[in-house]
Amino acid sequence: MLSTVNTLQIKRLLLTFSLVVVGALGTALWAQHDHDHSGEDHSGHDHAQHDDHSGHDHSGHDGHDHHDDHSGHDHSGADHSGHDHGSHDGGSHGGHAANACGHHHDPSIFDAGGTAFHHIADANVYSIGPFSIPLPCIVYAPNHEGWSFFLSSAFKIHGAHGDGSQSVGPYVLNGGTVMRVKDGQGFPKTEGNVQLASDPHDHIFSHNEEDGLAYMSFNGKCYELERKSTADFGLFGGGITSFYDFSLTKNVVAMLLVSLFLMLMFFSIARAYRDRDGQAPSGLQGFIEPIFVFIQDEVAKPFLGHYWERYLPFLMSIFFFILGLNLFGQIPFFGGANATGNLALTMALAVIAALVVNFSGNKHYWEHIFWMPGVPAWVKTILTPVELLGVFIKPLTLMLRLFANITAGHMVMVIFVGLIFVFGGTQGANPPASLGAAAASTILTLFMMAIELLVAFLQAFVFTILTASYLSAAKEEAHH
Amino acid sequence: MIFLADFSPIKPDFGLLFWSSLIFLIFWFMMSRYAFGPIRDALKKRESDIQDALDEAKRAKEEMTALQSKNEELLAQAREERSNILKEAKEAKDSIVREAKEKAKEEAQKIVDNAQRDIEAQKNAALLEVKNQAANMALEVAEKIIRKQLTGDGEQEKFANSLVDEIKLN
Repeated sequence: MLSTVNTLQIKRLLLTFSLVVVGALGTALWAQHDHDHSGEDHSGHDHAQHDDHSGHDHSGHDGHDHHDDHSGHDHSGADHSGHDHGSHDGGSHGGHAANACGHHHDPSIFDAGGTAFHHIADANVYSIGPFSIPLPCIVYAPNHEGWSFFLSSAFKIHGAHGDGSQSVGPYVLNGGTVMRVKDGQGFPKTEGNVQLASDPHDHIFSHNEEDGLAYMSFNGKCYELERKSTADFGLFGGGITSFYDFSLTKNVVAMLLVSLFLMLMFFSIARAYRDRDGQAPSGLQGFIEPIFVFIQDEVAKPFLGHYWERYLPFLMSIFFFILGLNLFGQIPFFGGANATGNLALTMALAVIAALVVNFSGNKHYWEHIFWMPGVPAWVKTILTPVELLGVFIKPLTLMLRLFANITAGHMVMVIFVGLIFVFGGTQGANPPASLGAAAASTILTLFMMAIELLVAFLQAFVFTILTASYLSAAKEEAHH
Repeated sequence: MIFLADFSPIKPDFGLLFWSSLIFLIFWFMMSRYAFGPIRDALKKRESDIQDALDEAKRAKEEMTALQSKNEELLAQAREERSNILKEAKEAKDSIVREAKEKAKEEAQKIVDNAQRDIEAQKNAALLEVKNQAANMALEVAEKIIRKQLTGDGEQEKFANSLVDEIKLN
């Protein structure tokens, strides 16, 4: 058994590596593209004109000093050599490109990275094609408004990007995500729902690539927006902000739908097992049974020995929960909820798995961590911190592996589709190039979808088998 | 940070953390209780049922083989018995026939003996009768002769007297 597990692990590692390479290539492609854009976009700008573009107060946040040494978003100057920005030129707030924040939006330039990030992000609205299904928003701003409950339709969403043309108190909807206008900027948040733009096509939200912050232009003034609090402790650019978002977001809805679907499916299968006792499996039961037996015989039994029965439901829950969400995220034209590609979900699963593993740990397991038997004392002083670190690294890798694989796959997919607009222009500027890119993109996307289908099963299996192996280590009896 | 645009999926927000944990825990509980647990037990039961059925079949086969060999043994025994019975019957028949023959011979002998004895007796009786008859006839003849002679000669008278003497002597 041991040798089969080893070859399996090697194969899995190879596949994971190749996927990471594919993902990295995709990311590099996007980064290269984006970099090129910023390069040509900002060439020949007048750095000196920076100061007069923004009337708003930046003193509230640090990091704004990036502005001083970068010209990236000062487009109000007159000199836009080589670009057709004439109609958006300085001072005119009525246009739909230049706004009070001085951030240009050029609809003729396709932002592949931004598009990819937008498509894999969680959202407070469920967009299927041109339709936006509003979702319940539950936001909590301690020391401010407290709890607020409303439907995201209160933002008066327009377009497929999920921008809301109305505010709800201090909250606005930017790219499908609820954000809060930072306090102390004089935003009329107590006036209820404020109409943010007269023309729904106005480009009121912008993202500053230098400070990573989101801005909103309203009434000729630029407001800084705050994103919801995140549990990354600033590691990935997030952190605790003024509010928490406990909304039933797109990913939550996807989880609910998938869980409900799986529950109904498996309840009927369980009923079939009861009603058809002593008969051969049929229909759905016969379809699921090989998968079930595979996890049971290849994962639970070899790793957990005589404990397999106790942990089988947990392993099965993990496997089918992840598999269901992986597959759900791949259904085309169905909103593409990237639930398993969101660190919050993989973190929740990894933490639960870690809790189950460590609460199952026997004396032998803890002894191995804190006081490894059979090694000299000085080795123990090195080993104990390493083993203790391992307790946290194991769930960390579980969390990152699933997240990275699914997110990379989705991102590459969006970028492959985005090639059409990279080469052909956003508004059909170059039809032959669009068609050529579309043909190439179709083949690439088809290939990627096939890989993602494989990855959906593979990553669900990998998460399950690794959890089982950690459990087996926690349950191992002393035998030396 | 390395991300230029807002790469939000890598920032785990508290809402999604909360809902993911809650939904997964409910999912785990419900599935363990109503789906995976019962399915696991049903599969285990079926496995043991199949094993039992296989064992049962094996046992039945063994039993059948044992039964068959026993049957064969019985059959051989029966065959032997039959041949024994046949042999005995033949012997019995032979002895009966032999006995019967002997008896018949004996009987026949007896009949023949009886017949011979009868014949002897009859012969003797017949001879006696013939003797008597002959004696009677001779007597008659002699009477007649005597009667005629007695009427004549003295010598004959004398002879007759001697005869009478002779008879008296007898």
